[in-house]
Amino acid sequence: MRVSRIARPRTAVLVAAVGLLASACAGAKVGESPSASGTADPAKKACGAVNLAINPWVGYEANAAVIAYVAEKELGCQVTKKDLKEEVAWQGFATGEVDAIVENWGHDDLKKKYIEQQQVAVETGSTGNKGVIGWYVPPWMAEKYPDITDWKNLDKYADLFKSSESGGKGQLLDGDPSFVTNDAALVKNLKLNYKVVYAGSEAALITGFRQAEAQKKPMIGYFYEPQWFLAEVKLVKVNLPAYTEGCDADAAKVACDYPPYELDKIVSKKFADSGSPAYQLVKNFTWTNDDQNLVAKYISEDKMSAEDAAKKWVEANPDKVKAWLPTG
Amino acid sequence: MTAAVAARRPVWSRPYLLVGILAAWIALWIAFRGQATLPLDGAELTPLHARIGEAADVVDNNRDSNPIFLYFFNYVRLFIDEFVTFVQALISRPSFGRPVPVVGWLGVVGLAAAVALLYGNLRVALLTVAGFVSFGLLGLWEESMDTLALTLAAVLLSLAAGIPLGIWAGLNDRFDRLVTPVLDFMQTMPTFVYLAPLTLVFLIGPASATVATMIYAIPPAIRITSHAIRQVPKETVEAGASLGSTPWQLLAKVRLPLAKRTIVVGVNQTIMAALSMVTIAALIDAPGLGKTVLKALETLDVGTSFNAGLAIVIMAIVLDRVTSAAGRRVEDARRAGRAHRPLRRRIQVGAVLAVAAVLVYLSHVYVWAAEFPGEADVGSFVRKGADAASQWAQTNLFATTNGLKNLITYGLLNPFEAVLTDSPWWLVLAVVTATALVVAGVRVAAVCAVCVALLVALGLWQDSMVTLAATLVATVLVMALGIVIGVWIGRDDRADRVIRPVLDAGQTMPAFVYLVPILGLFGATRFTAIIAAVVYAAPVAIKLVADGIRGVSTAAVEAATAAGSSTWQIISRVQVPMARGAVTLAAGQGLCYVLAMVVVGGLVGAGALGYDVVSGFSQLQLRGKGLAAGLAIVVLGTMLAAITKALQRRGVRKSPVTGV
Repeated sequence: MRVSRIARPRTAVLVAAVGLLASACAGAKVGESPSASGTADPAKKACGAVNLAINPWVGYEANAAVIAYVAEKELGCQVTKKDLKEEVAWQGFATGEVDAIVENWGHDDLKKKYIEQQQVAVETGSTGNKGVIGWYVPPWMAEKYPDITDWKNLDKYADLFKSSESGGKGQLLDGDPSFVTNDAALVKNLKLNYKVVYAGSEAALITGFRQAEAQKKPMIGYFYEPQWFLAEVKLVKVNLPAYTEGCDADAAKVACDYPPYELDKIVSKKFADSGSPAYQLVKNFTWTNDDQNLVAKYISEDKMSAEDAAKKWVEANPDKVKAWLPTG
Repeated sequence: MTAAVAARRPVWSRPYLLVGILAAWIALWIAFRGQATLPLDGAELTPLHARIGEAADVVDNNRDSNPIFLYFFNYVRLFIDEFVTFVQALISRPSFGRPVPVVGWLGVVGLAAAVALLYGNLRVALLTVAGFVSFGLLGLWEESMDTLALTLAAVLLSLAAGIPLGIWAGLNDRFDRLVTPVLDFMQTMPTFVYLAPLTLVFLIGPASATVATMIYAIPPAIRITSHAIRQVPKETVEAGASLGSTPWQLLAKVRLPLAKRTIVVGVNQTIMAALSMVTIAALIDAPGLGKTVLKALETLDVGTSFNAGLAIVIMAIVLDRVTSAAGRRVEDARRAGRAHRPLRRRIQVGAVLAVAAVLVYLSHVYVWAAEFPGEADVGSFVRKGADAASQWAQTNLFATTNGLKNLITYGLLNPFEAVLTDSPWWLVLAVVTATALVVAGVRVAAVCAVCVALLVALGLWQDSMVTLAATLVATVLVMALGIVIGVWIGRDDRADRVIRPVLDAGQTMPAFVYLVPILGLFGATRFTAIIAAVVYAAPVAIKLVADGIRGVSTAAVEAATAAGSSTWQIISRVQVPMARGAVTLAAGQGLCYVLAMVVVGGLVGAGALGYDVVSGFSQLQLRGKGLAAGLAIVVLGTMLAAITKALQRRGVRKSPVTGV
């Protein structure tokens, strides 16, 4: 290739490129290295493809990471993770593109639609995690105002929580609208001098609590456990009137705390009927809040990738993993 | 009062009329305050919302039996899926049984540089190399290629459909009138509204992500192509026709060549629009940098999301500069007549392509050229730096920013919002119509009246007013920044060179990247939403004002200087008044951009329509309401655009400089 006749600045680029070419025609070729071939163990091919929905919070990701890791390493499945919000993930049962949701918070409306009416999904039991929803304050407040954790005293402190958004009342901050909230009804029915302000995202809520603790600013808001942020700032729950069976039956008249949530797993009907060992794994999967918090900490605080976090936990807990594997 | 009367009045009486309207508004507000304000609780639905939700369910339930779905949409989906997967196989995904894509990093860099060199110039080619290499250095090569693949696929499909449609719209007035409102709708309807339904039609996968991107990216392609075809001087076309050219020849030989430069601008805008969808599309599993940003947001990892955001900004700047350079080159070639020295050009093209081919081959065969070497990890420094900066700002600036927030919220936003939301709806209707009548004439007034009525009908009146208040306050701030910084960089080329990349970053950095820092600084408030809107919208306004200032004839400025005017006098008496057309255009564009951020505002505490849209995306029962909120945003946009466009027309008529 003769390029030297072109006396223009472009020549410089060409010459440089040709020089690179001349000096660099060496090194390993694509496909030569051993890592290039497929990693799945040929002896365990029975599993096939599994589509896991990944809902956008770290606790969910911890569940999914561990299940995916075990499915790939122990069962030889090909796991595809799909990052989706809850509603879209449930739709995926209907369109056949999602096989499993591995941490579900209630969602009775979606259960009704996809499990009862369309019959494209089935419940596969608890993840073992207990979900708690409620109103929380930063720890410094619980320390300084010990009686703030009783809802009856909230009005006394309403002035502290005034903000530019709350129109002279105390501000109760709510987060991501994906989460079921009765807060507006609660404030009304408990006759509290508060106004619910909708922050609109989990990030807004966490940033708010983080700033409140760091700057010792008053804040009260909707939050939930298990959640990675609680490892960083141990928020304190405010006790609302205790939950009793059916006290939340009429959403407009709710005047009691949120029910304890039994977090569960949902799979597509197709996947449940497929007899895939991965289905058995999802069905058997159960662990404690502490387990999840640990993996969530690996991901959020230690900034490990989901795979590495799962690997670390699985290797430390072989007995628990063994109990999930399909028998026979 | 009729429009004819308003139009005949001398111009100076308009301000008095407006003051009169304002005074009457305040007086009536005091009298009727709190009546007929049509509030609606967060979880409350109107019958209309419920019906919209049910309609969505019907589509949902009949998807499997309906022939339109079975045949048409499914084949569209298959085609797009295959196309995107093919592009991914080329540059971003392991494919054809290989552990790496067909073309590795060196090949992609070579190809991109070759394209930049052949269509642009050496400078942008070097910029391209630097930009693409930086993806690797940031540790985001694969993610960047995923984003590039999806963007390229969406852009190619948008152009393939958009340019022919644009030509049609350019040639046919009736089609143009028909398509314009549809395009307006596509551009103002928040993506969140149709994201979930899209996955029902096109399933979860590349097709949905591509279609979501195309809905936003195709309008500029159609609009600007149509505009380009219309710009071709009538005389030239008539001359061609009189020489006996067929309509087809007229198009191919006369109109298209003359419209080419403007069409390239359309390509540029299409690419920018497609890139702005990267993060949103990631909400339905679109691969690439958007996913990195969203994942990092889950753990409030500012560093990681900034790193990925930076890669998006770099990609946007590279693609923008290359297409702009290509546009200039087309223009130069046209001015210079037929391409000069074709032989030499052919040798250049051949040589450049040969080098690119060799690089592609190397990257196909050798591992070092296929996978970006991981040692040079600039990404971790960027991450740490961004983390530290965000941390520092949140700790040290909070007192100041909180004060600013309170000042603007209590001083401007709250009073304004109170007047809007506590007024009876019929009063707002009357005020808006009267104002439109005074500033823009009877037709615009009629449009505004219909829009206000629609807001009432949609059942989201109060939320609409809260959003309107925040939108207008944000636009005021955008224009304040636009004029101050626009004048500054319009007069000072050195400042322009420094500021412009910052503006580009503001425009292209996904809002999700800076949500956490601004939340830390301002809390979850309406003001935070306003700040997000200003970050996104101010760059456009600044650029337009700066261009306007530059367009002011030097003769006028020199004359003023010779007459002994001070700098301040030159700016305030000569440059800004003469650039009035640009300033109104900036206000109009700024407003559009502010409205585009309403939904993001809903994620950081704006409440109102933005939050309604977000909840519609997350809660099944609220789907209908979310859709209604999306429509309300479109209606607000239509109303405000009608007024600003009328102002622009007036500004252009009056202003001696019509440069923009």
